[in-house]
Amino acid sequence: MPMAADDIVALIKQGIPDAEVRIEDLRGDGDHYAALVISKEFAGKSKVQQHQLVYKALKGKMGGELHALALETRPPQ
Amino acid sequence: MTDPVFERIKQDVSDNAVVLYMKGTPVFPQCGFSAAVVQVLSHLGVKFKGINVLEDPSLREGIKAFSDWPTIPQLYVKGQFVGGCDIVREMFETGELKQLLDQNGIEQKAA
Repeated sequence: MPMAADDIVALIKQGIPDAEVRIEDLRGDGDHYAALVISKEFAGKSKVQQHQLVYKALKGKMGGELHALALETRPPQ
Repeated sequence: MTDPVFERIKQDVSDNAVVLYMKGTPVFPQCGFSAAVVQVLSHLGVKFKGINVLEDPSLREGIKAFSDWPTIPQLYVKGQFVGGCDIVREMFETGELKQLLDQNGIEQKAA
């Protein structure tokens, strides 16, 4: 089940308001994305916790509607 | 009240130093992300136990709840959840994974 890139970005920003999100549709099929998410919220958190914040923002869509989202997260430099 | 699936996961990750919950088996992964983690572990020469979640729907859902992580594969070292494919790959590239394995006394065959 494909999901539009804009919808993914909107959900992430809804959950993490200060997030800067860059997203790429890897195969152009609306099903395999790579995203870079930068947010102050990530400071001092482990990678697992950082990714969990993004997954939480995606409200259960990850692993369901959203099949593949390669994630890279970091606090602003 | 204890969840039998959680109990089983706890048992598996404490009985085995390195456990990979994956789709398919280490010899025959059935998902690109699982295959990528198997490749990293094999490259480092780490002995690990692969658990195929496709064989058990309750485990497939249970492991996601256990770690509060929505996707598979999931790597555990000494009972601790390390991450999924992206994190494992990133940690491998930065050398953090090797460091973590060293710290936990996990034997690695020199490549």
